[in-house]
Amino acid sequence: MHHSSNSQGGKLFPPVILIKIAIAYLRKIPPSAILTALAIAYLALILYIPAANVFYQAFKKGVGPFLSNLTRPDFLHAAWLTVTLAAIAVPLNTVFGLCAAWAVTRHKFPGRAFFLSIIDLPFSISPVVAGLMLVLLYGRQGWFGGWLADHGINVIFAFPGMVLATAFVSMPFVAREVIPVLEDLGNEQEQAAQTLGANDWQIFWRVTLPNIRWGLLYGLILTNARAMGEFGAVSVVSGNIADKTQSLPLFVEDAYKQYESEAAFSAAVLLALLAVVTLVLKEILERKTRIEDK
Amino acid sequence: MTISFPRQQRSNYLAFLTKLPWTWRITWAYLIVMLLIPVLAMFVKASSEPLPRFWQVVTSPVALAAYDVTFTTSLVTALFNGVFGTLIAWVLVRYDFPLKRLVDASVDLPFALPTAVAGLTLANVYSDVGWIGSLFAPLGIKISFTRLGVGIAMTFISLPFVVRTVQPVLQEMEKDIEEAAWCLGASPGQTFWKVIFPPIMPAVLTGVALGFSRAVGEFGSTVIISSNTPYKDLIAPVLIFQRLEQYDLSAATAIGVVLLMISLVLLLTINLLQAWGRRYDAS
Repeated sequence: MHHSSNSQGGKLFPPVILIKIAIAYLRKIPPSAILTALAIAYLALILYIPAANVFYQAFKKGVGPFLSNLTRPDFLHAAWLTVTLAAIAVPLNTVFGLCAAWAVTRHKFPGRAFFLSIIDLPFSISPVVAGLMLVLLYGRQGWFGGWLADHGINVIFAFPGMVLATAFVSMPFVAREVIPVLEDLGNEQEQAAQTLGANDWQIFWRVTLPNIRWGLLYGLILTNARAMGEFGAVSVVSGNIADKTQSLPLFVEDAYKQYESEAAFSAAVLLALLAVVTLVLKEILERKTRIEDK
Repeated sequence: MTISFPRQQRSNYLAFLTKLPWTWRITWAYLIVMLLIPVLAMFVKASSEPLPRFWQVVTSPVALAAYDVTFTTSLVTALFNGVFGTLIAWVLVRYDFPLKRLVDASVDLPFALPTAVAGLTLANVYSDVGWIGSLFAPLGIKISFTRLGVGIAMTFISLPFVVRTVQPVLQEMEKDIEEAAWCLGASPGQTFWKVIFPPIMPAVLTGVALGFSRAVGEFGSTVIISSNTPYKDLIAPVLIFQRLEQYDLSAATAIGVVLLMISLVLLLTINLLQAWGRRYDAS
């Protein structure tokens, strides 16, 4: 008994030394290096490895299969639909965002903070709930459902519903990016233009727009990214019919569910590239605004 | 429903409306059509249900289990991101290392990457045969298609919130206060908890609340990485979706209203936290 426990202690001894040596080495490493390594490791687990995996899975059998996935008719239709949705939702939200930003920064009124929260609402509402709201309004049993059915208009499980869902989830971006820029700018230049006899349009095109252009562009890019990438709200109202009401993110999920994971990853690569382009443009725009600030 | 104003007041009201600048009119028209009427429709539909039936749907065992998966998992991942997000912000503000700009820019990837793509690749990487999942499989830990996988997806989508709210606060903080603390003999731990942490705490909490709010509503990435099994890893948004697929509009609405109310409360909390952070700024 005594003998065996002694020998066990002997076996445990080397690992203890190893741990002590490891701690001694770790102490020599500056804490900055340890913290940096920890942060990078976390980002790698959550971001970098999954992001690299998108490209690996899409290209693991070569470029040929990748390209043949991208010429499937259902894929092409989904891609076209996604572009169309963004092409409608982005201008709508830009007009709204500019008007809201102008209204909020150029007028003093009670409940301003409350108004800003209302603009932010679409960000805090779950996309599924957003889709559900549209079903409650435009669906067969909805408020406007009967009137729409009488006039032969389909909104839910059709293109108009997808447009509404896309516009809903990407609503606040332009307003949020433009409001701080307009606030910093102040309205002295606009007032000067007004005194010199410029009308509202002239003031907007010649004075305001040049000053807010980078913030506006940034808002546009974010709106576009969200519009092209939206999944939850669109999937509730679209009915997800291939070749008809299937946008690119819905195609990704559908292909994955049908065990066509190569097709899913091929489409995912395109959406991932959209994300990369968005981030690069964002970086460029941020640098431009920083230079102009100085 | 008839609302009658005294004549004088009504004409004032009309005059006010016609004098309203057109930017205001567009803003309100868009907000009312796109946002306020849909929210109203949701509440009206929910209130048209008899209360006992509403209560029964909202507190059914499946719904309670779905709230548990949604809120507990979101809270744990939001707190987890609170710690690691603060660490990442700290490293980005204070240290220099190769490719730092690239790392900084990549933090926003979850904002830009469509959630369906995130769900697809996370499910793949963390599956039993995936790059990371295969390391955990021999230990008997399944990640994809379990609650753990839902947590990974939520961690992914809420990662940027803490980093991006803490980073500017750390950037503005003067390094001399810290140096003063060291000179007075404070240990690194004391310096962190008594000097660095108090001013960044409102920002950390705001980031955690934003991440939590986003994770609670998340659908795209979580629906793909989850097996969507009731009582196991079914989240509330997916439960709403399933009820809609079964044409059970009233059940979907009841659970949807619960989720909507919680989003509104969270939005209010975040606004209060941000106001608190600004007060800290001024002092």
